[in-house]
Amino acid sequence: MAPPPTAARPLRRAASVLHRRAGLRLALLLSAPMAWLVLAYLGSLAVLLLSAFWAVDDFTYDVERVWNTANFSTVLTEPVYRAIALRTLGIAVAVTVIDAVVAFPMAFYMARVARPRTRKLLVVAVLTPLWASYLVKAYAWRVIFSQGGVLDWLVGPLGLSSPGYGTTAVIVVLAYLWLPYMILPVYSGLENLPANLLDASADLGASAGRTFRSVVLPQVLPSVFAGSVFTFSLSLGDYVTVRIVGGKTQVLGTAIADNVTLNLPLAAALSCVPVVLIVGYLLAVRRTGALESL
Amino acid sequence: MKSDDSPPHPDRPAGAVRLEGLAKSFDGRVRAVDGVDLEIGEGEFFAMLGPSGSGKTTVLRMIAGFERPTAGRVLLGGVDVTALPPFDRDVNTVFQDYALFPHMTIEQNVGYGLMVRRVPKAERAERVRAALAMVRLEGFERRRPAQLSGGQRQRVALARALVNRPKVLLLDEPLGALDLKLRHEMQAELKRIQREVGITFVFVTHDQDEALTMSDRVAVFNAGRIEQVGSPAEVYEHPATAFVAGFVGTSNLLDGAAAEQVVGETGLFSVRPEKIRIAHPDDPAGPDELSATGRVAEVVYAGGHTRFLVDLEAGGRLTAVRQNLDEGSADVLRHRGTDVVLAWQRKHTVRVGP
Ligand SMILES: Nc1ncnc2c1ncn2[C@@H]1O[C@H](COP(=O)(O)OP(=O)(O)OP(=O)(O)O)[C@@H](O)[C@H]1O
Ligand SMILES: [Mg+2]
Repeated sequence: MAPPPTAARPLRRAASVLHRRAGLRLALLLSAPMAWLVLAYLGSLAVLLLSAFWAVDDFTYDVERVWNTANFSTVLTEPVYRAIALRTLGIAVAVTVIDAVVAFPMAFYMARVARPRTRKLLVVAVLTPLWASYLVKAYAWRVIFSQGGVLDWLVGPLGLSSPGYGTTAVIVVLAYLWLPYMILPVYSGLENLPANLLDASADLGASAGRTFRSVVLPQVLPSVFAGSVFTFSLSLGDYVTVRIVGGKTQVLGTAIADNVTLNLPLAAALSCVPVVLIVGYLLAVRRTGALESL
Repeated sequence: MKSDDSPPHPDRPAGAVRLEGLAKSFDGRVRAVDGVDLEIGEGEFFAMLGPSGSGKTTVLRMIAGFERPTAGRVLLGGVDVTALPPFDRDVNTVFQDYALFPHMTIEQNVGYGLMVRRVPKAERAERVRAALAMVRLEGFERRRPAQLSGGQRQRVALARALVNRPKVLLLDEPLGALDLKLRHEMQAELKRIQREVGITFVFVTHDQDEALTMSDRVAVFNAGRIEQVGSPAEVYEHPATAFVAGFVGTSNLLDGAAAEQVVGETGLFSVRPEKIRIAHPDDPAGPDELSATGRVAEVVYAGGHTRFLVDLEAGGRLTAVRQNLDEGSADVLRHRGTDVVLAWQRKHTVRVGP
């Protein structure tokens, strides 16, 4: 085939080479993000895993590159760490359940009840907190939970008082912080649910509750699981909120942070725990088909 | 409204569905349904025919209970159900796009109404089996809706509604998504099923052939009102209004000067194209016949028949249809531009409202 006259210009020639070679095009397109992911993410994960097998000098606190599995046996057998892992898991589960329960009616109202204008406003309202700094929100909650603070003042007349800084506060604040990540997938799942399925269910004799259980829930559950991937893993990894409103509460995040300077290998072994939990959770969620709706 | 005021049929007990002054406006502006009075007899195959946006679906949704009327009442079997939710009404709907539950098998879809009403398991299985047999879908129990063809889904939707043995079955353009051949098959199928179960069918369509061939009676809708109610023959042969004359069959209207000259009376008249005889200018019209002279403006060859569009000397244009008994397209096209006389029986001239 005779080369077209413009092929002489180098840019055109490069373009025409790229046009013919789909593989090369794809490789160029993906190389930057792939490098970023592989080096920055997988690389650091590998280093983490590696350092978990090292030891630390008892006097100098220097890291010694001697292979051993002592860190892992400490994490698995030491009751303190087991309690911390279970507490973290409990917090993540509680936050996820609370978010699912709170998000559902909100998302339902947005997707199926509100008029289009209201709906847009509500979507913006759900997204706005994500624009504010995480720290600002956490400190705001610190003020709310403080002794003689807003919460005390609010529930005082009922004879109650603020739970103060601790696990409850951590759960409440994390549930607040991650709520948008649950609302949005559930909202889009509900919005994609054809309205005439609800009509058909009512037509066949189902009450609203029955329709919810038999038609809405089974079809929106994958979206809830999709949202739960965010709420669950973000809660497992958090330590800033715990520092701000958790009082003396220890979670995996704070335990890791405390150990990083003193015993890096132990911190590395500890951080394998949330990784294992999240991978286990993802595998469980994948079986529900939720990952397809992400 | 110019509907016939007589009861549906003397041999049928009236009142499966009764609509009184039914109206619906959306957002207080759009008057989708604008005062509909209607009585549908028990066991009747009733068609609602009308152009897009004329309010047929809205009427159906008000009968089913999905939509609250702005004014008027809905009675089922003589009982006022206007305020009742859909699940307390003894009607079932076949939706235009079927609305099958995608996460359930065909068996679960069809059995849903029975499960919700707590019909015992054994009876439920038996009735689901019978319903699937009626729509000829045995062996599909374990499939999901996504694994069926359009026609099969349509049958599932029908079975899912019929298995509950409702007093009235509402069908919203159930054949609209099917191709022509399948459509004709399903039309026959629907008629057979309706005869078998004997319940009232209220059938929405914008296809006039479907309405005329399938139904016992037809209501013709226009802009939220009913223009005429009657048997297919009544609606076709004696259209009450110009709209009905035009929507059901080909519009063939005489008015003004043409009406005065041809019919001898003032007003608006309709005559169906196939009633018109095309004669030679020298042929005398019969004693009971009306006639009009004109010139053939257009000849449309349509295989089995040919349509002649004739411009009348008295003004206006009439369409006449002739079967192609022994003429091919070349023969009929020769008639373009020739002078003809159109003649038809006086009794086929129908005075219509505006
Ligand atoms: N939910 C709604 N909100 C606002 N307007 C509506 C709504 N539903 C229907 N309408 C309007 O009401 C009118 C009648 O609608 P309807 O669906 O009853 O027509 P139809 O006769 O079934 O038409 P088609 O043959 O196209 O299905 C239309 O003008 C439509 O735009
Ligand atoms: Mg419609």
